[in-house]
Amino acid sequence: MSKAQSAAQSAAGTAPGKGPGPGARPAFAGDLPNPYLPMPATVIEVINESPSIKTFRLVLNDERAMRDFHFEPGQVGQLSMFGVGESTFVINSPPTRKDYLQFSVMKAGENTAALHGLSAGDTVGVRAPLGNFFPYESMKGKDIVFIGGGIGMAPLRTLLLFMLDTRKDYGRIRLLYGARSPQDMAFSAELPDWLVRGDLETVLTIDREAEGWEHKVGLIPNVLLEMAPAPENCVAVTCGPPIMIKFTLQALEKLGFAPEQIVTTLEKRMKCGIGICGRCNIGDKYVCVDGPVFTLAQLKGMPNEL
Amino acid sequence: MSDRSFTPAFISFKALSGWLRALAQKATVHAPRREGRAVVYRELGDGQGLESFLRPTESAKHVLFPRSEALFSFQRQGEAAGAASGKIRLQEPEGEGPAIIFGALSCDARGFLSFDPVYDGCGTAQAVGGIAKDPYYLRRRANTSIIVRACKSALNTCFCHWVGGGPASTEGADLLATDLEGGLLLSPCSEAGAALLEHPDCVPALPEQIAAAAALHAAAERSLGEAPPAGELAASRAALLALFENSEFWQRQSAQCLSCGACTYLCPTCYCFNITDESNGIAGARLRSWDSCMSALFTLEASGHNPRAAKAARLKNRVGHKFSYYPAIHEGRFSCCGCGRCIKSCPSSVDIRKIVLAAIKEAAHV
Ligand SMILES: Cc1cc2nc3c(=O)[nH]c(=O)nc-3n(C[C@H](O)[C@H](O)[C@H](O)COP(=O)(O)OP(=O)(O)OC[C@H]3O[C@@H](n4cnc5c(N)ncnc54)[C@H](O)[C@@H]3O)c2cc1C
Ligand code: SF4
Ligand code: SF4
Ligand code: FES
Repeated sequence: MSKAQSAAQSAAGTAPGKGPGPGARPAFAGDLPNPYLPMPATVIEVINESPSIKTFRLVLNDERAMRDFHFEPGQVGQLSMFGVGESTFVINSPPTRKDYLQFSVMKAGENTAALHGLSAGDTVGVRAPLGNFFPYESMKGKDIVFIGGGIGMAPLRTLLLFMLDTRKDYGRIRLLYGARSPQDMAFSAELPDWLVRGDLETVLTIDREAEGWEHKVGLIPNVLLEMAPAPENCVAVTCGPPIMIKFTLQALEKLGFAPEQIVTTLEKRMKCGIGICGRCNIGDKYVCVDGPVFTLAQLKGMPNEL
Repeated sequence: MSDRSFTPAFISFKALSGWLRALAQKATVHAPRREGRAVVYRELGDGQGLESFLRPTESAKHVLFPRSEALFSFQRQGEAAGAASGKIRLQEPEGEGPAIIFGALSCDARGFLSFDPVYDGCGTAQAVGGIAKDPYYLRRRANTSIIVRACKSALNTCFCHWVGGGPASTEGADLLATDLEGGLLLSPCSEAGAALLEHPDCVPALPEQIAAAAALHAAAERSLGEAPPAGELAASRAALLALFENSEFWQRQSAQCLSCGACTYLCPTCYCFNITDESNGIAGARLRSWDSCMSALFTLEASGHNPRAAKAARLKNRVGHKFSYYPAIHEGRFSCCGCGRCIKSCPSSVDIRKIVLAAIKEAAHV
């Protein structure tokens, strides 16, 4: 190829509105890390949270990998059951507590059912950390209100514990956590502490009256309106089933929260978790690398395909 | 790419299979072969009919991105039952040796250029865990030479010139072969391509052979239909976003679609894959296999929720990805090389060109 020709072609290739460009082929170094290879880990504890949710505490088998494991609150991991498959869960222990990595798994299909069969001592594969995280830097100095529904409490737990561990960085912290029934409440071992500690205001709610229940009864968005957190200098972080999110966002807007003040996480079917397999896109965003954490302002700028 | 100008060679058709067999001593050579009504790539074999120009029905993407491959295998150790008990040993596959694709179309060579940034992690530059590169693809990419055979004339489904290509484009090619009387002119476009010519039967080309090839390239170029101005086509980015919620438009465009996925499997720029496990309880492998965003299962979540349950939403995503979302991430380049395979192979005549132009027109009216 002559110089002029190749110049003309490279000009054509990189100009907007053209097809694939030329350019050097990507280099390959033999020692490239393999992002598809899970790290073997051992289950050290299994907690039965509810009839459909189990919590697993894992330690990476490679001591050094465990010691050097660095992640941010809100990042996720892929858990592998070799021979069954892999699926995505948020690391719901905070980076400030690194004796183990905690995942809470709701039984939903094949791989989650297999995960529910794990006992202490069993082996799983872990690919982590993946995805983005909660923008906790920009939340410093602000009041925080957490609104979690069902298994959606898992990502909130990470950030909540992280903030409690770095408590002086934040203003007033409130938590509204709802589930269908008392049996469906995950993290029940921690709830008594969350309810009594002075640096956190916790409100629990269930959908319908139940015997012995001493807390709120009512749907999350309604209880939120009752709590009526003031939007000034406050960030709302919410996660839960789609229908709850829909009405919670409406309630927050009614209370005067701007889209920039509302943070949520998205769920999409995922495979690679690293932005390559093409499965989890919403327009030009890939939930696995650009998310799962988004502000409502960001979501409003994206194609409506939830 | 080197600045040195490469010297073209000529090889007679008689010597062609000998040369390719010599190349096959050092690399796996994939070349088109007619099988039934299709032309497919096969490892070089006897009686392959290399002398005549064959237009491959499929793209050559499987050479770098196999239909299915093991990402790793696993083996349970000790007396084991169930998916978790006992220790597990993971083993990555050994990479294959070098490969040569002979007789690719120019659009196919350009198709790989749209894979490159994806597998090289350029779309994940913002990823917190660091940029993830795909070692399986990159190893093969570095190990594969591509010999493009210039098209003699375009089909009415071809539109490589809309997206910056042409019947004799050398982008992404190592060697450009042009069919002349009695043999092929072989013009190197890279060092790797030039190295393939180190063979006694590859003789220096005569000036008139080089001139004849240039004339053929120009004739092939003329056989292409008219292209919309590049500036107009670039409007697809905004237009497809503007029409995102226009379900009436997408229902109209997708009315004929059967969701068969033929378009995605034959497409040189479709790279979506699935990851699944295969196991006999003790040993097994994690596989990655081609997948299709035209399938309703592609986005089906465990809860039963499916953001693209309707075929209109899926076709919208396929066209949107190629002409809007991918360009937004990758410097405005389309992820379509204009090969026309999706148009030619679609059982119900869905035509991506028409959809893109209709979207641009429709968006201009609102
Ligand atoms: C960012 C993110 C964080 C999540 N965090 C949690 C969590 O902390 N706890 C929890 O219980 N669940 C969480 N989920 C949902 C969880 O990933 C799915 O329930 C799970 O993948 C279902 O797998 P399965 O094999 O049981 O289901 P099947 O229906 O048998 O699915 C087969 C495969 O499809 C994929 N898949 C199906 N549904 C989903 C889905 N909703 N999201 C992603 N991949 C899917 C997986 O690869 C799965 O193995 C999260 C999902 C995402 C995207
Ligand atoms: S080949 Fe045609 S019918 Fe089949 S999925 Fe593609 S567009 Fe639809
Ligand atoms: S979308 Fe169609 S024309 Fe474009 S590269 Fe794919 S198969 Fe070829
Ligand atoms: S899960 Fe593969 S691209 Fe997001």
